[in-house]
Order: sequence, then C-alpha cells, then structure tokens
Amino acid sequence: MAVKKQNSKKAGRTVTEDVLLDVKNLRVEFKMKNGVVRAVDDISYQVRKGEFLAVVGESGCGKSVSALSLMRLLPEKAATITADHILFDGIDISSIPMSEMRKLRGRRISMIFQEPMTSLNPVLTIGDQICEPLITHLGMSEEQAEVRAIELMAMVGIPEPKNRLPQYPHQFSGGMRQRVMIAIGLACEPDLIIADEPTTALDVTIQAQILELLKDISQRLGIAVIMITHNLGVVAAYADNVNVMYAAQIIEKGTASDIFANPAHPYSIGLLRSVPRMDKPRGGRLATIDGLPPNLMNPPSGCRFYARCPMAQESCAKTDQSLQETKGSEMHQTACYFSEKALKEGALIYETDVSVQGSSTVDKSGEPLLSVSSLRQEFSVSFRTGWFSSYNGSVKAVDDVSFDIYPGETVGLVGESGCGKTSVGRAILHLNDPTSGKIAFDNLSINKKSIALVRQDMQVIFQDPFSSLNPRMTIGEILEEPLKVHNIESDPEKRLQRISELLVKVGLYPYMSDRYPHELSGGQRQRVGIARALSMEPKLIICDEPVSALDVSVQAQIINLLEDLQRELGIAYLFIAHDLAVVKHISHKVVVMYLGQIMEVGEGDQLYGEPKHPYTQALLDAAPIPDPEIERKRKRSILKGELPSPINPPNGCVFSTRCPKVVAACTSGRPELLRVGTEHMASCVLLDER
Amino acid sequence: MLQYALRRILLVFPTLFAVAVLVFLVLRVVPGDIVEIKMTAEGGIVSQEEIERERERLGLNEPLYKQFFTYMIGLPRGDLGVSLWTERPVSQEIGSRIALSFELAILSTILAVLIAFPLGTLSALYRGTVLDYVIRIITIGGIAVPSFWLGMLLIMFAITFFGKLPPLGTVSIFDDPLTNLYQLIWPALSVGYRYSSVVARMLRSSILEVLSEDYIRTARAKGVFERLVIVKHGMRNALLPTVTVIGLEFAFLLGGLVVTESVFNLNGIGKLFVDSVVRNDLNLLQGLVLTVATCFVFVNLIVDLLYAALDPRIRYQK
Amino acid sequence: MTTKIQTNEKMVEKPKRRTIGDFIKQQPLGFIGIVMIIIMFLAAVFAPYVAPYDPTDIDFMASPALGGGQPSIEHPLGADAFGRDILSRLIFGARTALSIGFFSAFIGCSIGAIIGTASAFFGGKVDLLIQRFIDLMLSFPIIVLAIVVIAIFPKTVIFGIDVNVIVAIAIPFIPKTARVIRSQALAIVTLPYVDAARANGFSAKRIIFRHVLPNVTAPFLIMMTAFIGQAILLEASLSYLGLGVVEPTPSWGLMLAGVNADYYRSAPWMILYPGVAVSVAVFSFNLFGDSLRDWLDPKLKL
Repeated sequence: MAVKKQNSKKAGRTVTEDVLLDVKNLRVEFKMKNGVVRAVDDISYQVRKGEFLAVVGESGCGKSVSALSLMRLLPEKAATITADHILFDGIDISSIPMSEMRKLRGRRISMIFQEPMTSLNPVLTIGDQICEPLITHLGMSEEQAEVRAIELMAMVGIPEPKNRLPQYPHQFSGGMRQRVMIAIGLACEPDLIIADEPTTALDVTIQAQILELLKDISQRLGIAVIMITHNLGVVAAYADNVNVMYAAQIIEKGTASDIFANPAHPYSIGLLRSVPRMDKPRGGRLATIDGLPPNLMNPPSGCRFYARCPMAQESCAKTDQSLQETKGSEMHQTACYFSEKALKEGALIYETDVSVQGSSTVDKSGEPLLSVSSLRQEFSVSFRTGWFSSYNGSVKAVDDVSFDIYPGETVGLVGESGCGKTSVGRAILHLNDPTSGKIAFDNLSINKKSIALVRQDMQVIFQDPFSSLNPRMTIGEILEEPLKVHNIESDPEKRLQRISELLVKVGLYPYMSDRYPHELSGGQRQRVGIARALSMEPKLIICDEPVSALDVSVQAQIINLLEDLQRELGIAYLFIAHDLAVVKHISHKVVVMYLGQIMEVGEGDQLYGEPKHPYTQALLDAAPIPDPEIERKRKRSILKGELPSPINPPNGCVFSTRCPKVVAACTSGRPELLRVGTEHMASCVLLDER
Repeated sequence: MLQYALRRILLVFPTLFAVAVLVFLVLRVVPGDIVEIKMTAEGGIVSQEEIERERERLGLNEPLYKQFFTYMIGLPRGDLGVSLWTERPVSQEIGSRIALSFELAILSTILAVLIAFPLGTLSALYRGTVLDYVIRIITIGGIAVPSFWLGMLLIMFAITFFGKLPPLGTVSIFDDPLTNLYQLIWPALSVGYRYSSVVARMLRSSILEVLSEDYIRTARAKGVFERLVIVKHGMRNALLPTVTVIGLEFAFLLGGLVVTESVFNLNGIGKLFVDSVVRNDLNLLQGLVLTVATCFVFVNLIVDLLYAALDPRIRYQK
Repeated sequence: MTTKIQTNEKMVEKPKRRTIGDFIKQQPLGFIGIVMIIIMFLAAVFAPYVAPYDPTDIDFMASPALGGGQPSIEHPLGADAFGRDILSRLIFGARTALSIGFFSAFIGCSIGAIIGTASAFFGGKVDLLIQRFIDLMLSFPIIVLAIVVIAIFPKTVIFGIDVNVIVAIAIPFIPKTARVIRSQALAIVTLPYVDAARANGFSAKRIIFRHVLPNVTAPFLIMMTAFIGQAILLEASLSYLGLGVVEPTPSWGLMLAGVNADYYRSAPWMILYPGVAVSVAVFSFNLFGDSLRDWLDPKLKL
C-alpha cells in the first residue's frame, strides 16, 4: 500500500524525465475487403517508470490493437501503424527497423496475453519456453538459463519448479499457465509489461491471485504495467492511472480516483453507472447507454459518442473533440465540450425511471414454483483405451443440491467454473437426465416423461448469443417455430402479429424478423433469445450466464430488460452466473456452489453482507469493486491453491483443501447445511461448533 | 511414451484380425460362386460336374466356418492360399513383386517430400502473392492430372528427347543402383506429382493455421528471431497433420500404383492386382487386398508413433 | 415501459447478404472453375449438336495406323486408331465422365451423410460399431476398394449407364463422408440452439431435419464437389485399366487405354487430348470445391 501511494504521487507530477513511454498520435488502420477500418485513431498518452496504467473500454474500442501495435505484433500486411512518435526510453519504436524492435521485445517490453490455454507452445517444455528469452537476449548458456528459470518459476508461485521445468503446457492449469506467462515476461527484467486482459479467461479466485502477483512483482522490481481490461473492478483495485477508450479514441484519462470519483465524459459516467455493484444494496435500475458503438469503417464526424450521449447538443456532431484539461486535476483530461456540466451533474445525466426503483418483492406464502431436492447429476467419464474397451468412471457434477424458487422470484446460482451450476440448470430442464433427486414444478413431479407437460412453462436463455440461434433460420422463423409446433397460435396472421409484439417487448424492431442471426449484434441476439423464451409465456426462465458474453453497457440493458419483464409478467428466474455483482443485483436469493455442492444460501444483501461460509467470504474478497477508495481500504485474503479435480474430490468438506480456516474436523465428514438466519443457510463445520 | 507405444502396438492385432475377417467375408460370401465366375469367364460352356470338381479341389465345398478357420490359421504363417491362375502360392506371387512396388513407393515419397516442403512453406509464407497463386494452381493441378497420363507424357517426352522408351524396372537396386534409380525415377515422378501436391497443400494450410496461433504471437513478443519463430515454434506444430498425410498417402500409394505400373509395364503388385481381377483370380485378389490393408495398418502405426514423438499431448496420454 | 424500444438504432437498411457477385469478386479461381464446369455440362447435354461427328463413326482412312488422323480442319484434334474423331469422342466422353462423376459422388456422399448423422445421433454402441467399421473401410485405398467391387459384382448396365462403375466409385466415398458429417453433426448437437429446441420440447425428427441437417449442408456440398472431381479421375483410371466403361462408349480413360508404344511417336494427339480433358475437368471441380470451402466453411477439414 505504501508503494502505491508513492506511485500515485509520482503519477501526479508532470516531470518528464521519468517518462518511460510517450505515445503521440498513434493510428492503426486495417485494410479490409470492403474498406479501411481505423481501429486506433490518433491516441496519445504517456507511461511513467513504475506506473500501473489501465486501458479500459468495451470490445472493439481499439484497446488491444493499440497495445499490440506498441509491440509491432500486428500482421504487417493487414495493419498500417503510423504515429508522430512512440518514444520508449528515448527510442522511437515506431520507426526503428524490425531487427531493432525484436531486441526490445521480451528484453525491455514484455507482453502477457489473454488466453493462457493457447498462448504457450504445446510441443515445447515450459523450461524451454522460459529459457528462450534468457538465451536470446542475455546470451545465457542453457544451464544458466535453467537455473534462472527455476528462480523465476518460484518467484511467480509455481510449486516444485525444478520438477515442473521439463513438463509441457497441457500439464498445467489455466492459472498456472498464466503464471508461466508472467515468468516469461519477467525473465529479462523488462521496464514495461503490457498485459492484455490477463485474467479474463480465469476464475475470480485465480484472477485475484494473478493480479496480486503482477502488482506485487511490478512494484518490487519497478516495472511499469499497461493493463488492458474491460473489468472496471480490476481497474479500481490495481491501476494508478486510467485511459478510457471509446470507438478507437481515448475519450478520458486521469488518475484512478479522477476517473472513478469524478468522471467527466458522459461515456465514462455511463460505463461506471451501468456496472452492478456488489457493495450496494439490491434494487434500482442500472443506467444504460442506449444503442451501439459506431462502425469504425465509416465513423461519424464530430464526437463519436454523439448518437448515444444523453447530453448531446447539435454542435457535438459537427466538431471533433480532443482531450482537454478538466477542472480540478491537472492530470485529468476529457474529450467533451460539456465535461464541466457532466462533471457537475454526474449520474443525473442518465435518466433513470424512478417509478420502478426498488426491488420487487416475492410472495412466499404459497407453494414454491420449482422445488429441487437432493439433486444429483453424475457424468460418466470414459475414454477409449482400445477398440471396444474404455476406461469408465464418473464425475459428480451436482452432489445433493436442494433449493426452492417461488413465483416471481429470482434465485442466483453462483460459483466458479466446474462448480456444477450449469449442470443444475440442465438437469432441471432435463437436457441431461439427472442421476437422482426430486424436481417438482408447479406441484408436478418432473421426470423424463412429465417434463413434456411443463416444457412451455419452463424456458431457457443461454450464454453464447452467437450459437444459441440456428444460423439457418431468420429471427421470425425462430420465434414462430414454438408457436407453430405447440399450436399456441394457429392463425398465421396472428402469429406474425405476436412475433412483432414479442420483438418490441424485448426492445427490437418488428422489421428485424426477416434478418438472420449473424446480421444482429451480440446484445440483439440475446434479446432474440429472450423473446424466444417469452413466446411460450413461461412461469420460469433458466438463464445460463445470459450476460457474461456481453459488454458492460449491453449487459446493463439486458439485466434491466429481464427485471422489467419480471415486474410485468411475474416470471421467476434461475439466474446462473459467475459474476458476483451481477448475481447480487438481480437475485432475491443467492445460492453459492463449489465442486457440485451448495456452500451457502441466503437472501442477497444478507449473504453478501455477512457471509458465513469461508468460501463465500473468499469469493467476495476476490472480486474487486469498481471504486478505488473502497479497494484501497479493503483487506482481502486471497484464496490459495486451485480447484481440485472433480473426478477425485477431497474427502469431507470439499472446500477443506483450500479453506483458510480449515480444522481437523473438516476432513472427517461432509458438513450439513445449517440454518444461520431466517433465510440463510451455510454448510461449514465451524458453524456447527458455535 | 512407452506406455502409449505399447498400447498402440497392441492395437495392431485386433485391427489386422478385423481386416482379415472383412476381406474374407467380402470375397467369399458376397459374390456367390467364384469358381463358376472364373470358369465361365474363361469362355465356353462348363459342365456342372467340372465346376463341382474344381470346387472340391480348392476346398470351397467345406462349410464356411471351416474355410474361415483354415484361412485364419494360414494367415500368421503367411499362407494366403494358392493362386487360381498360376497355381503357385499367393504369398510367393506377391513376395516376388512387392519389393519393386515398395521401392517405387519409397522413391515417390522421397521425391514428393523434397518437392512438397519448399512448395508448401513458400506458399504459406508468401500467402496472397503471385508466388502463392502459382504454387496453388500447380498443386491443385497435381490432384487433377491423372498419374497414369502423366506417366504417358513422360514416356512421350523421353521418346522425343532420347529417341527410345525409358528402360523399365528390370534391374535390382542391389545389382546396379544407378540404373535401377534411372529406371524407376520416371514412374516415381508420375506418382510423385500428385503425392507432393497433396502434401504441399496440407503443409500450406497447417502452416497458415499454426502461424495464426496465439503461441506464435507469444514467441514474437519474446523477441525470438523470426526464423526461429517459424522453424522452432511454427514448423514443429505444422508438421503434425502433415506427417499424417504423408503416411496416409504412402499407404494409399501401394494401391495407387495399380495404374502407374500398368503404364510403365512394371511387374509390381499393382499390375498383379489388375491381372488378378482380369483373370478372376479371387484368391490372389484376396491376398493382395490383405497385403495392402496390412501395409496401411503398419504405416498408420508408424505415423501414430511419430505423432506421439512430436506431440507431448499424445505422448502423455494415459 | 417495455414498449419503449431501448435500442436507439434507427431503422437501418437491410444488411447486405452475400451474393453471387461477391463470390466472383472474392473467389475468382472458384468462379473460373464453375464457368468451366458449366461449359462442360452444356457440351455434354448438347453433345449431338456440338460434336462434329458421331463418336462411334469409324473411318479407317483417317487412322494413324495408316498414317492419317493428324489434327486438321476435318478433325480438329485428330482421329484415333479407328479413325474416329477425337473431339467428338471427347465431347461425348464428357457425358460419361460427368454423369458417372455426379451420380457416384451424390450416392456416396448421401449414404455417407445418412450413416454419419445416424451414428452421431444414436451414439453409444451403434456409433462405436459404425466408427470401427468406417476405420476399417478407410484402411483400403480408394482404387483398391473400387476394383474389388468391380471384381465381385456382375456387370450391370441400365439406360446405358454403367451401374457397376458408379457403385464401385461411390462405395469408397461413403466412409469418408460419414466420418466428416458425423463429426459435424456431433458438434452441432451440443450447440445451444439445439438445446433450446430440446428445451422447447420439439420432436427428435424436427430437431434433426430443421436444426441439424440444414447446418451440415455446407460440408456436404463442399465434399460432393471435391468427390465429383475424384470420381472423374477414378472413372478414367478404371476405364484405362479395362475395368470401367467398355467400348464403344466414349470415355476419356478408355481413349487412353490400349494406346501402344507406336502411337507415342506417330500420333501424340491420341494421348494428349483425352488426358487434358480429364485434367481440366478435375481441375475445375477442385478449383470450385476449394473456393466453395473458403466461402462457406473455411475451417472444414476433409
């Protein structure tokens, strides 16, 4: 923490001698089949020695491209990079020959990529890959390089580095591979590390481990970090300074506290307001930024945010905006004429419908709509060992899970990958036949056969908006199919009418019914998915990660839509997600799962406010909150270790291998789910003793 | 690795068994009476007694299971029965010719690999340029031009320039390697064009695929020399599918030589194959099909072992 | 409030769908391929009107054996040993090549696709059995398999089409198609839109015909195009060996058969043109097939 403050003080100075990187008017253009896309449009910024800079923005805003262009890693044929200069420690890396650039790569500037699973070469050993930069740049012998590689692996927290050196990437987990990537990046003790969404593919507890490691090491060694991310929580927790990008331009930059406490660009304000917050009580609509970012092939003149901006004036569309100093802080710059007004009014510029503030309440006096008890789902794992022989075993994806959903209630199901949350949803829908357990829907016991009776009342929305719609059918055909098959509306005229109504209901236009899925954006496709579920007028919709593939502003639109529909139609949701803040925002009740079992169940505010289970506590600790002030004060304990293999789960409490409060009793038997409050239950041995 | 290799080698036996059963069934059960086909095909009217006698002599009147049993216990000893035409053991007929075909196949493989690697690599590295287009047209041509016709063109070319037919495979490589090579280079070229085209196309697409992988970007970001990026990080991964194609094509070559050997009048198993069909010598045909399939099984084994050596993900499979 | 449309995107004009024009622009080689295929197809259909002679007209005076048959105005591509006009035989040969090529590829691919889809659907032991059988079939070279079929089935000709040859060529395509289609179908079955259809309670039949099959048409078409080329090549090879089409049916492979050493020197046109015809035909289908794959499904591996 001490170092951090020092850093932000340093960042506040305008002295130029400690500038490490000075980017002036960087522009990247891609030649496409039907035109030129300017993916990065004249951006300028500086990075000081030892600074932690975050570049934040939604997908397609040019943040990754701008980072790759610093390393000149874009395909030379397709991408044209121009800049007044990109000075790295006095060297203009935009004009030096490639052979000189190569000498800098991995030596003075390193890069860590998003996908740890594919970023390492599968046919070379880990040792080989860590040694490579050492041998290339520092001229070490293989023996020297190996000694150093072992040191590096120990430094990034890989256990038994000596034994793991001759292993191959496929023998490492995702988190461990990302540690290897960091070790490679650190190998030559560079001055700058560029991390491109380094934790996006990882679970939240692993994300916290990796980011802490990156922060800790970069501070200790005085390495500057440029981190590209879309996660505002991560930015708040780790960054000294922030660049906000929109449609290929930097629209606001400043210190983290400037951006989070006093955002002055309407886009930044909207972005911050559209993220659900774990630390705020449930209820209220999220602010949304309407519409979609402009097409960069043909960007509009003037301010690029004009079409979506709530405070846009006609003049905004006419003149380009450039970064101007914003009142209050000399570091803070905003590309908006009306930044002063935005700064003053803040969130007020986004109208939120006051009439729908406050959460809907659930009437629990009657029978539950869905009642799941002792649900188990086992999958046989088998792989071929011969022509007709194979190994057979089983994985308990869901192990004795029980919960109820009342009409009009949203139950959030949260956990890391492999915890079985998706399997629960699929078992309820009988997309997989559950191994055992009881599922009752509307007082009807559901099995393989009776599920057919309630199919219409129980619908589903999937995560991936790209593959959840049949690419060969138009939107109209997709929505018409269930109406026709189930003979809900036999008159074709009325069917069309109904489809139009559905489209309007989910915020689309009726004319879109003759479009094919690939002609819509991700958010629009997700709306079609919701419309398809709604067409049956269901009582329950199982939402399997419905917003995790979407950008923050679109995510907010979809969450609001789901909430509006619930209020209007009284639909119940089983909301499966890994994002704790989203689950908190939307759910009345939250179920936390780990390795197929329920760790804790509770009403949202209570469970997040006073978690009883150490795993819930750890999950909450790992998830950063998009507010640097809170993050600075937060004391967090980072969960150690990795998720055990579900093929061979730990004895007793499944969490015992990673639990910071583990005692002897934990391994002796599976703890019961104990009531700790009116609606609050947790399964932990420690609660039993109390 | 050892575990994988052992398991893979053990897998050969049930495969061979299944192949043998399939070949037996197809050639014995499906076609009806092979003796009748054979004898009537030779022309003239054949009496039922004659057919009966012939059937008895060849052991075809035995119940099917007994025939199968005889056939199956003969196989491990290399007993493939007797040719219906020459009355010599099928194994001898094949044995005396297989060396030539094998040599031709190996020679074509060497030629093909020598041609394919530079073509495929250049085409991938200069993707979208004129060079790439030219190579792509050449290689698409390779799978379009019938190899037997290419052989005829080569013969025509030889006649025009040397005034005589190239001498054909009559000299053993052990007696006079140079003459032998000179004799076989023509048929090897005519098969090798197609072979090299298939391999070059595979190599091109797998290099392109590998070069767009994330780990190539990682290697570049490490500051590794570009040449090393392509050779150490790229080629090794691109080789994996290419090795499979080389192996598959080699195994299929033994069948593909059928036509080429006829053009060059080479006395290999390909020509024997055609002869066996023309003469309705189903015993010989059965032996040949079995031989070709066995070669395929073994080449496949070698490919899989090679693959494991190149790819740790397979090597470490439990 | 839900009636308020939340996307402020104004009524945008319909997005452009890919047209034939785009195909020509983006896949020029493929366009050349399809144009050549169409020309061959037209020549085959209108062969009696296009060809200068009847392909079976024998004119011994024009035989190279008697020193004649050179390409001339009368016989643009020369004449063969019987004095038959080579150009006419090539044009009529296109009928044989294209019909056998198309039918065998179509039959082979269709049966393969059915087996592949079924295998993917039934799964379990059925799938395993089919897979092992396909593995077995694939351990025989195509031409070996074709020759075996020819050897064991009696010759059958229906409407002048040599059924035997078609079957012999079609059979080796079955396991190849089955394998590709099976893996495609397996991938599709796990996609969310199929899950959505199942969650909607649609019948298995509906799911197969509405949601799975339409999405395997691209690999099916790509494979069929490639296999027509291979089938033409195979037909030529078989006929050359005397195991395929028989005289007097005009066939490109047959035109090369029985050409003995004498003609290499005296009548090279007898060798040159039929080979060129086979090569051009197969080349066209390959060009088109390659481009079709780049256009429809670049990641497809055959």
